[in-house]
Amino acid sequence: MGTGLISTLIVVIVLIIVVQIAKITEFSAMLKGEGNAERESNQINGFLLLITMVVGLPLLIWSAWVFRDIFLPEAASEHGPKIDSMFNWTTFWTGIVFVITQILLFWYSFRYKNKRKDQRAYWFPHSTKLEVIWTVVPSIVLTILVVMGINRWYEITGPAPEDAIIIEVTGKQFDWMIRYPGKDGKLGSKDFRKITPSNQLGQIWSDKANHDDIIVNELHLPLNKPVLIKIHARDVLHSFFLPHFRVKMDAVPGMPTQFWFTPTKTTATMREITGNEEFNYELACAELCGKGHFSMRKLVFVDTEEEYNEWLAKQPSFYESSIKGTDEEKKQMADSYEFEEEKSDLAQSIN
Amino acid sequence: MNQQVDQDHAVQVDHHHDDHHDDHHEHHEQNFIEKYVFSQDHKTIAKQFLITGIFWGVVGGLMSVLFRMQLGFPGESFPILETVLGKWAPGGVISPDFYLALVTMHGTILVFFVLTAGLSGTFANLLIPLQVGARDMASPFLNMLSYWFFFLAGLIMLASLFVETGPANGGWTAYPPLNALPQATIGSGLGMTLWLTSMAVFIISTLLGGLNYVATILNMRTKGLTMTRLPLTIWAIFLTAIIGILSFPVLLSAALLLIFDRSLGTSFYLSEIYIAGEALVNQTGGSAILFQHLFWFLGHPEVYIIILPAMGLVSEVMSVHARKPIFGYMAMVGSILAIAVLSFVVWAHHMFVTGMNPFIGSIFVVVTLIIAVPSAIKVFNWITTLWRGNLRLNAPMLFSIGFVSLFISGGLTGIFLGNSTIDIQLHDTYFVVAHFHIVMGISAFFGMFAGVYHWFPKMFGRFMNNTLGNIHFFTTIIGAYLIFWPMHYIGMAGVPRRYYSYEAFEAFNKFGDISLFVTTVAGIVFIVQMIFIINFFYSIFYGKKVTEKNPWQANTLEWTTPINPGHGNWPGEIPEVHRWPYDYSKPGAAEDFIPQTVPLKAGEKDLGH
Ligand code: HEM
Ligand SMILES: [Cu+2]
Ligand SMILES: [Cu+2]
Repeated sequence: MGTGLISTLIVVIVLIIVVQIAKITEFSAMLKGEGNAERESNQINGFLLLITMVVGLPLLIWSAWVFRDIFLPEAASEHGPKIDSMFNWTTFWTGIVFVITQILLFWYSFRYKNKRKDQRAYWFPHSTKLEVIWTVVPSIVLTILVVMGINRWYEITGPAPEDAIIIEVTGKQFDWMIRYPGKDGKLGSKDFRKITPSNQLGQIWSDKANHDDIIVNELHLPLNKPVLIKIHARDVLHSFFLPHFRVKMDAVPGMPTQFWFTPTKTTATMREITGNEEFNYELACAELCGKGHFSMRKLVFVDTEEEYNEWLAKQPSFYESSIKGTDEEKKQMADSYEFEEEKSDLAQSIN
Repeated sequence: MNQQVDQDHAVQVDHHHDDHHDDHHEHHEQNFIEKYVFSQDHKTIAKQFLITGIFWGVVGGLMSVLFRMQLGFPGESFPILETVLGKWAPGGVISPDFYLALVTMHGTILVFFVLTAGLSGTFANLLIPLQVGARDMASPFLNMLSYWFFFLAGLIMLASLFVETGPANGGWTAYPPLNALPQATIGSGLGMTLWLTSMAVFIISTLLGGLNYVATILNMRTKGLTMTRLPLTIWAIFLTAIIGILSFPVLLSAALLLIFDRSLGTSFYLSEIYIAGEALVNQTGGSAILFQHLFWFLGHPEVYIIILPAMGLVSEVMSVHARKPIFGYMAMVGSILAIAVLSFVVWAHHMFVTGMNPFIGSIFVVVTLIIAVPSAIKVFNWITTLWRGNLRLNAPMLFSIGFVSLFISGGLTGIFLGNSTIDIQLHDTYFVVAHFHIVMGISAFFGMFAGVYHWFPKMFGRFMNNTLGNIHFFTTIIGAYLIFWPMHYIGMAGVPRRYYSYEAFEAFNKFGDISLFVTTVAGIVFIVQMIFIINFFYSIFYGKKVTEKNPWQANTLEWTTPINPGHGNWPGEIPEVHRWPYDYSKPGAAEDFIPQTVPLKAGEKDLGH
């Protein structure tokens, strides 16, 4: 009740003040005469515009300096610096344009305000030369940026090396499921119709390739080895986002996507670089997927090759540890007498 | 100059629009309903669009203040929120579902209801007949329907706020499957059905309006008003309407297919989905990405539908108050044309990381960066217009200058995003939020404010208070930069958009201070907008009266009408046009403006061809 009254009161007071300002300024303008009042207000506004620019522009640039560390976080993949340098080149060129145009805009506004009654503008309706200049120059700069960008884009999105390690990541509301192919290096086939509470990915148990697949709760990556992430979604769109590795790719139900990259800094190295003992790489979701979108976090570790192999060797096969001989397996086998016929097209749609 | 007697009271003219020399003054009394509610007078309809737009602006703005509170004070309890929002803010903390609903509604309302209908609806309606010299729109009746469909769309959207399961909460882009399946998110039930219905009605409104605008501009220009003598406002509105006519139907079909997926069991957008403990075995074979293509085929042109009218208003206002012709009129027209064409072929730059073929991606990089060239040309031309001008730094002019500043800042960040390499990192982060709020959101608002302050005298026969306008300008431009500039930084750090909270992530949770700062400034800027609203409504009734027909000494035709023009706009004949609209400070002329109605002197060259 009290707050309601107070806020109503504040609103009323503000209203009165605003209306009073309006009345007073109009009255004083009348006393000074229209033209004079207008020129006086020109003086003030011109000055304020100049101040806004003179204070604002350095402030913006200074803030960029202050926050430079949080900008692009330390890149931890081979292609990361390519993206960062593209960013920096773009900042360089656009920065020049930004500073020049903003200065001119505010300076001219200040400089050419109406001060005297007999003042007149300069008749300058067009100039082909100028217009050609500022069509051609931006075109050249943009061409440079496009060429640089597209070269990198092709390098980054090009085919993965043959020996890339394959890892599958599947987004669901609101978690990521991570699967390694196991010793055979092959991910077993799966079918969304086979999903059950104990078989969250819908793996098909009659496919032997599934038997050594490993399902884990953390993403482990070996140092300096290309990894190819196969990205799936089970329900709605998600997006596989590793900020430190400059990796982002949407996860789309029914349409597997992928992204390959090479980690270049172990978690331990990164802890040294950042001076943060507890530093961890993180996997986030970057495409709105519902109320838990903000909580789809998984830890990511980059290990040396030995560490990685050691870790991988310790992980049990999901089939061996949780499925073999259970009701889940029996039920799926019983249900899928018709499965054999579908198997071939399924395998296609899944890979 | 046009020598007509001012007539302060409305003159009723029936509208024989094909008849440009019409002087059948049929005096039939209009009742209140006909005059103010179901009016067919374009000027009244313009006011209806504007005031409805202001209403939605307040609603949409308030929503952003609410969700900014969650971001600025994560998890903190504000008991008043529970009082107002009930179950959506248990314990005074906004729930994640409702947070997303606010974000979704904020985007939808601001993009479609305020910056499309509120902006185009107001100024197309007000300015087209007045600046082309027509008594009204080609079809005043359809024009009226356009407003009432907009009104209805608004009612439906408003109703969706009060349904049990809440309004749509899957983002203003309405991507399926999230927005196709009620089990995916609470707002995807009745809320989404209402959202889609409202959008369908809204699209009808836009098409009715747009067809009318195009027909009027093409067919009803007064004698002597060739296309190259049109003010840039009209050029901008003209192409905006064409873009809308070509792209909104695509959104309608996207929405229709989504409606089918939702209620008829089709699967245009659905495939291999397992959700809420159930596999949707009968809905497979569709493509979620198809929706994005259809959506952005409208969505990208839509951003230009928002910005082009603002550009037109700014060009006109700037020229009038700089007392100087707009620099490079033909280049301005050419760049609007180029933007209009190119805006249809860049849509997939919103989809670089959807798994699209990288080659296709690279094509969209090229086209996207090409569209930056006409944008750059316009900026340089505006700046040159100011150079050696004789500037009146009043509220409309200040907002025009602010528009250019913001458009530069936001346009340049587009060059980062348009480069697919950089977009890998920046897509769906706060960097994108910063980009489009500056280049589209705030810029378009500035264009709209410039327009309102400038044409208020024509709409209401009174001035808005200029001092309040100045205060409004400086606080808003400084506030806008303080709100959106830091968002670039947190976006570069990788912070994703549409997150309810950043606490869970080490990489994202260190920006609490920035977040709090942004929230605080956003609150202040929202309150400052009340100065505008008070000024607006106060001035309608008590503002300083306009005492001369052409208070800004402008050249365009609207200032040859009586101070309070009646239905039909000109009491006598419609004036004839003899020159382009930008003869300001022309050497050899006595005054620093020459209205379009003044015949060319012997040997005088017209720049409008
Ligand atoms: C200078 C040229 C511009 C370029 C190169 C450009 C480029 C882009 C790109 C590539 C994106 C997608 C970013 C992402 O989602 O990752 C984007 C987003 C956006 N741009 Fe621009 N842009 C430009 C100008 C504009 C203008 C003039 C407007 C509006 C008037 C605008 C409005 C938007 C909006 C609304 C979005 C985000 C929509 C959303 O995801 O919710 N842009 N821009
Ligand atoms: Cu998500
Ligand atoms: Cu776009």
